[in-house]
Amino acid sequence: MLRVNNIEVVYNEVILVLRGVSLAVDDGQIVTLLGANGAGKTTTLKAISGLLSTELGEVTRGTIEFDGQRIDRLPPEEIVRLGVVQVMEGRRLFQHLTVEENLLTGALIRSDKAQIAQDLEQVYTFFPRLKDLRRRIAGYLSGGEQQMLVIGRALMARPKVMLLDEPSLGLAPLVVQEIFEVIRRINRENGTSILLVEQNAQVALDIASYGYVMENGRIVLDGPAEELRENEDIKEFYLGLTELGQRKSYREVKHYKRRKRWLG
Amino acid sequence: MNWALFPQFFVTGLLNGGPIALVALGLVLIFKSSKIFNFAQGHILMLGTFTAWWLLTQAALPTWAGIGLALVVVMLMGFAIERVALRPLVGQPLLSIILMTLALSQVMQGGAILLFTAQQRRFPQLFPLEPYKLPEITIGETTVRIILKQNLVWSFVIAMVAVVLFALFFQYTRMGLAMRATAEDHQLARSIGLRVNHIFGLAWAISGVVATVGGILLASLSGLGLELSIIALKAFPAVLLGGLESIPGAIIGGLAIGAIEALVQGLPKDSTIRSMWPIAPYIVLVIALIVRPEGLFGLKRIERI
Ligand SMILES: Nc1ncnc2c1ncn2[C@@H]1O[C@H](COP(=O)(O)OP(=O)(O)OP(=O)(O)O)[C@@H](O)[C@H]1O
Ligand SMILES: [Mg+2]
Repeated sequence: MLRVNNIEVVYNEVILVLRGVSLAVDDGQIVTLLGANGAGKTTTLKAISGLLSTELGEVTRGTIEFDGQRIDRLPPEEIVRLGVVQVMEGRRLFQHLTVEENLLTGALIRSDKAQIAQDLEQVYTFFPRLKDLRRRIAGYLSGGEQQMLVIGRALMARPKVMLLDEPSLGLAPLVVQEIFEVIRRINRENGTSILLVEQNAQVALDIASYGYVMENGRIVLDGPAEELRENEDIKEFYLGLTELGQRKSYREVKHYKRRKRWLG
Repeated sequence: MNWALFPQFFVTGLLNGGPIALVALGLVLIFKSSKIFNFAQGHILMLGTFTAWWLLTQAALPTWAGIGLALVVVMLMGFAIERVALRPLVGQPLLSIILMTLALSQVMQGGAILLFTAQQRRFPQLFPLEPYKLPEITIGETTVRIILKQNLVWSFVIAMVAVVLFALFFQYTRMGLAMRATAEDHQLARSIGLRVNHIFGLAWAISGVVATVGGILLASLSGLGLELSIIALKAFPAVLLGGLESIPGAIIGGLAIGAIEALVQGLPKDSTIRSMWPIAPYIVLVIALIVRPEGLFGLKRIERI
């Protein structure tokens, strides 16, 4: 249903960041996009959600289709209304609004009152902590609570596809577990497809059915999640395991070796 | 100062501040949502008030119909200004946008002269004239008397009702929520599907309406002419005093400006300070900004890592 076809993205009309990225997310699927810092993961999500245009970025080649319709020339607010919602990196929320107001902003594009109330209850069952905090000013929540809030806000839009940008960033393992459990439930119970960008390959490959690996603005590897989990490179560079099952530092691995294996 | 007169001047000043607070509220609304400081605010309300005058006197509409229709006209004007004059400037340097609002103010000045001529007009009386007398209070030697013009009291009451209506709208409706969200973060607002251009337009429309309510109240107190636009010059220190982005700040700033002016006017006749009353608000503003640069009610930035 969501198809990215060989796109090229340029910032400020000169900085070429994505060079021929293709990926697909089918109905009800969880797909993950892995890659090191600066690989172009966020840029890929922003190209899909249209937010690229708010940062002087542009899809200069290729197409993006959602449910058969081209969306790569649409402004972000219209893409959301089609059912593709991005949860931006870094827990972006309306700091001066309360938790509940933040959640309700997610439903401002809808007008079905009764359903909105229902969905709010659903968010509170997914994240009971948010219910206790509903009258708090969002800016003062902890990192984990803020991550729950931004996911909850996206849910309030009743999206068909949710684009999640590093939801585990900087959170304690237990909180990550809780949040990923909810992501799984959103996918199962609401049938929402999910494109998940992560640095934490372990949790990402656990939850996803398919994965892509990005480097330097290109997809260098893709396959079913269970295959990627067994892939030696992934084990070494993303899961931090050597063949012996020992932890290995990222820096020890020579750059040329990575490139060679993935590109070759 | 004659202390027995102090309460009289203070209360009169506060009441005078009501319409200023409305104009200030409009300025803050536009600034909050789009970070544009609208130098044409005074001219928008002047045009709106002239429209109301025309509808009431020339077209002889009943009071409520005339004023209601004038407010609709200003609302449309607000949407039109955003659409035609400002949207093309999105992404341009702030200075161009500020100059655009200055240019707009001159265009509207010209428009007002063409449509309504530069003649001074008498605005229809909206309220009864005979004054209210508050009960006298005697403290020791001095007897405090407060006499209030009835139209001044009513104009204040209406200004405050307008403020409350706006606050309810802003706090409790979906559109108000959309405006508050947009005010915080344009990119985030777009990422949740808000059409921020429409929201800017709405801000201009509402801003014009509340300011025009202020303008009509002022005109009914002291007549109507092109110089009505100058009222905005009093609203500028009011919003800066309140902190540019704070709605309660704008209201309190407006009332404070009214009170300060009146108190300085209440000084003894021969004092030099008294003759400075028109600039008194600015002097207070300068002092206040030196002490608290973010304004008295400036938003605290929430810093969390
Ligand atoms: N607005 C922008 N203007 C110019 N260059 C940008 C912009 N945003 C990102 N880039 C560049 O594009 C490249 C990819 O950035 P992107 O944010 O997509 O990486 P990422 O994979 O999300 O990295 P991270 O894991 O650190 O979030 C980087 O080299 C970055 O410097
Ligand atoms: Mg990123």
